[in-house]
Amino acid sequence: MAKLKELEDFRDEIDQCVKCGGCRAYCPAFGAEKHEGRVARGKIALADSLLKGDVDLEGKFLLDMSQCLLCGSCYAQCPNKVHTEDIVAATRREIASRKGLSTFGKGVGTILKNQGLMNVLAKGGGAFSKLLFKKIPDQSGLRLRFPAPFISSDRTLPPLTAKPFRERCPDIIPGDADKPTVLFFTGCGINFMYPESGEALLKALKFIGVTVIIPKDQVCCGLPAVSAGAAKTVESLAEENLAVFQQNKYDYIVTACASCHSGLTQIYPGMGEEFNQYKDKIKDIFVFLVEQEFAEKLSELPKLKDRTKVTYHDPCHLRNHGITKEPRAILKALPQIEFVEMEDAGTCCGLGGTYSVYHYDTSKKIGAKKAGFIAESGAELVATDCPGCIMQLQDSINHATEKKRAVHILDLVAEVLPG
Amino acid sequence: MLDKNIIANLQQISGKEQVLTDKADLICYSYDATQKQYLPDVVVHPGSVEEISQIMKLASENKIPVFPRGAGTGFTGGSVPTAGGVVLGLTRLDKILEIDEENLVATIEPGVVTEDFQKTVEKLGLFYPPDPASLKVSTMGGNVAECAGGPRCVKYGVTKDYIIGLEIVTPTGDIIKTGGSTMKGVVGYDLTKLICGSEGTLAVITKIIVKLLPKPEAKKTMLVMFDSIDGAAQGVSDIIRNKIIPTTLEFMDGRTIDCVRQATDLQVPNDARALLIIEVDGDLEFLAKQVERIAEITRPLGVVETRIAETPAESEALWQIRRSVSASLRNVNPDKFNEDICVPRSKVPEMIRKIEAIADKYQIPIVNYGHAGDGNIHVNIMVNGKISGDHEKAEKAVVEVFEGALELGGTMSGEHGVGIMKAPFIDMELSTNVVDYMKTIKRALDPNNILNPGKIFPSDR
Repeated sequence: MAKLKELEDFRDEIDQCVKCGGCRAYCPAFGAEKHEGRVARGKIALADSLLKGDVDLEGKFLLDMSQCLLCGSCYAQCPNKVHTEDIVAATRREIASRKGLSTFGKGVGTILKNQGLMNVLAKGGGAFSKLLFKKIPDQSGLRLRFPAPFISSDRTLPPLTAKPFRERCPDIIPGDADKPTVLFFTGCGINFMYPESGEALLKALKFIGVTVIIPKDQVCCGLPAVSAGAAKTVESLAEENLAVFQQNKYDYIVTACASCHSGLTQIYPGMGEEFNQYKDKIKDIFVFLVEQEFAEKLSELPKLKDRTKVTYHDPCHLRNHGITKEPRAILKALPQIEFVEMEDAGTCCGLGGTYSVYHYDTSKKIGAKKAGFIAESGAELVATDCPGCIMQLQDSINHATEKKRAVHILDLVAEVLPG
Repeated sequence: MLDKNIIANLQQISGKEQVLTDKADLICYSYDATQKQYLPDVVVHPGSVEEISQIMKLASENKIPVFPRGAGTGFTGGSVPTAGGVVLGLTRLDKILEIDEENLVATIEPGVVTEDFQKTVEKLGLFYPPDPASLKVSTMGGNVAECAGGPRCVKYGVTKDYIIGLEIVTPTGDIIKTGGSTMKGVVGYDLTKLICGSEGTLAVITKIIVKLLPKPEAKKTMLVMFDSIDGAAQGVSDIIRNKIIPTTLEFMDGRTIDCVRQATDLQVPNDARALLIIEVDGDLEFLAKQVERIAEITRPLGVVETRIAETPAESEALWQIRRSVSASLRNVNPDKFNEDICVPRSKVPEMIRKIEAIADKYQIPIVNYGHAGDGNIHVNIMVNGKISGDHEKAEKAVVEVFEGALELGGTMSGEHGVGIMKAPFIDMELSTNVVDYMKTIKRALDPNNILNPGKIFPSDR
C-alpha cells in the first residue's frame, strides 16, 4: 500500500531548521514578495506551530502554505538540508485531511471531484476546447494545473493535442538485442501537450538501438496532486504506476519531464518498501543518453555554419538531484546549436505545480525575472527538460514581448537525426 | 494585546496591508537565528522615514515597545520582540539611493541586502568590504545596528569603519542626521559611531552613508596545513610581522578538521591538526609574489602541506573546506552554542588550549574555527538537547570560555553583539560604571525604554 508521510513524521526534520534565514536568498516566492511567511524558515516555523497546536488552519496560515512552489531551491542551499518542500506538501495534506481538500488552494479539491466544473475549462487559453479536455483523465496533473475558474485570460497555454502521445505509438518499439530496454514514463505534459517531444525521444532512442516500451496504462506521476495536498490521489496514482512498473520487463525507466522524475525518485520511495527497488532504475532521458555515449555520436555530425544560439534553463526538479551537466552536454554536442549560458539558469521558472494557478501574479513576477535573464543571454531559444517549465517559460517570454521560443532539448535533438 | 485604536492608527500611518496581526504573521516575525521565539502584537512594514517617525511618536505616547528588524539573521536575539509590541520590519526601504563615483560614497536605505549592495558597487569597480557570513540575506541596516564583521575585516576593518553618516529616527520620533558625506568631520559628538553597533536600542536607522574603496584588481587563495595549532598561530603572527596583511586569514582547529574529514570527501591529510585559509588581494602581478612569500614564512612552522589556487575553481575548492564546516558540525551533535570571542591575535593558541581544557573538563565537544587574523574565534559547543544535562554543562562551559577570553585581554563578542543571549554576562566584561555610563545614554535618548527594550543590558537593573 502506498502511503505518504504525515506532517508528524517530519518532526525531527522541522527541528533541524536553525532559523539562519539563508533560504531568503534562494526562495523565488520570497524574492517576488518579501514576506517571511513566503520563505522556508517561516513555513518551518508555521509547521512547527501547527504540530504544537499553536496556530489554527485559517487565514494567513493557509495563504502562506499555498505560497510555495515546492521547487526545493531552499533545500538545495540549506546548510542543514531540511526538505521544506516535503514539509510544506505534508502540511497541505494535513490541511486537506482536517478541513477537506477544498480548503486548500481555493478549491483544488472541488475541481478534482467535480466533473461539471472541469468541462467549463474551455475559456482560458482559447486553445482548450471542452472536447479535447475530455481526453484527459480526471486525476491527471493537468487538471490541477488548469482548473478553469483560475485561468487568467492573458496566459499562454499550449494547444492540447487531438491525439495524445500514448495513442500514437505502439506498446513496444524493438531495438538491438545488445542494447538496453527502457520503459518510457511519458508524463501528462508530453502525452497531452507536447507529443512531438515524445516522438523526438523515440527517434533518439531508435537512433542508438534502444528498445522502448510505452505502457498504455501508465498514469500521472501525482506531483501536481502532491502540490495540491491531495494525499489519496497521489497514493492511488502511485499504486497504478507501481503495477505498471511491476508488470513490464526493462532495464531502466526514462522520463523526459523533471517533475515526473522528481515524483518517481523523491516522492515514491517514501511511500513504501515496494517502491524502493525502482529508485535506481529511473533515469532522466539525458542522463541515460549521456551514459549511452549519445553526445559523442552527436559530436560526429558536421557542425553547421549558421548556428542558433540556445540557452538552457535548469528545471528545479533536476537541479535538486544534481542533474545539470547531462542536458548541457547533449545541447553542446548538437551541430546546429551554439550554446550560451544565461545568468541564474538554475532559478525557478515560477510554475510550481499548482502554484501558478492560484498565484499567477507572483508566478508572473518570478517568470519575468527569468525572461530577463534569457533576453540578456542573447539566445534565440531557451531549451529545457520539463514540459511544465516550457509552458511557463513561453508564457513569461510572451509577457516580456520577446520573440523567443521555449523548447524541449529533445525537439532540437530530433531535428538532426535521420528518419 | 494592543488596543484596537493603536492598530487602527498604525494602519492609518502605513496602510492596511502593511500592518499584520494574523497569528501566522506574528509567528513569522517572532524569531531570529538564535531560534528564541517571542510573539509580537503586530508587525508593521513602513514605507518611509516619515511613517517611521509617526510610528515612534505613537509608540512613545502609548509606551509600546518597538523592535526594529532587518532580515532576522542575528545570533544574539537583537531583533526578537521580547516584550510583545511592534515589530518594525524595514525591508521595504530597500533602495540604493546614490553611488557617488567621484567621492566614493554611497547612500542607501537600511533594507538593502548586503550582497546586493556589494555586487552593485563592484560593477562600477568599487568595493564595500565587510562580509558577514549572512551577507546574501542580511540587510545593511542590520549590519550597521550590529556592527557586522566578517573574514575580510582583518585587512579592511568592520562595518563601522565604512559608515560616515546616518539618517535616524529617535525613540521619541524625531528624524535627525548624523555625520555626513565627507571623509572628515569633527563637529560635535560622533553619533554615527555611537549608533553603529547599538543593536537597535538608540535609534531606527533609515538611511546610511557608506564610504567605498576601489575594487582590488585580483585575489589569490592558498591553504596551509600545520601539524599543530601553535604552528598555525605562529604563522599568523609571522605573516603580519613581515608586513603582509592578507584579506582573510581563516583558521580551523584539529577538531574542526576532523569534523570536515568525517562529513565530506575533502582531502585533508591525517597529520594536519590546524589549517589556515589565506587570501590576498591587490594588483595581479604583486599577488603571486605575496603568496610565495607567505609559503616561505610558514614553511619552518610544521607545515604538512601547502596548496595554492591557480584558478577561480581551485580557489572555490579551498573555500569549500571552510564552508563545509557548519553543516559537518551536526555530525558531532545536533545543537550548538555558537560563541564568537575575540582575543589579541598572538593569544589564539593559548585560547585554543584553554578551550580544549574546558571541553575535557565538561566532557563536551567544542570545535573552533574563525578569523585568526583578528583573533576572532568561533567557539562551537556541541550539545544534544535530548540528553539531559547537556545544556547545563554547555552553559557552564560558555561562562568559562568567556572568562578565558577576558583573562587574555579579549572580549566575549567580536561580531555577534550582546542582544539577549549575552546580556546576563556583560558584567563579566564591563565594569559597573561603564554599564552605568551606557545606560545613562540609553535613558536620556529613550526615556520610556520603548526601543528594543531588554537588549544588551541585564533586565534586573
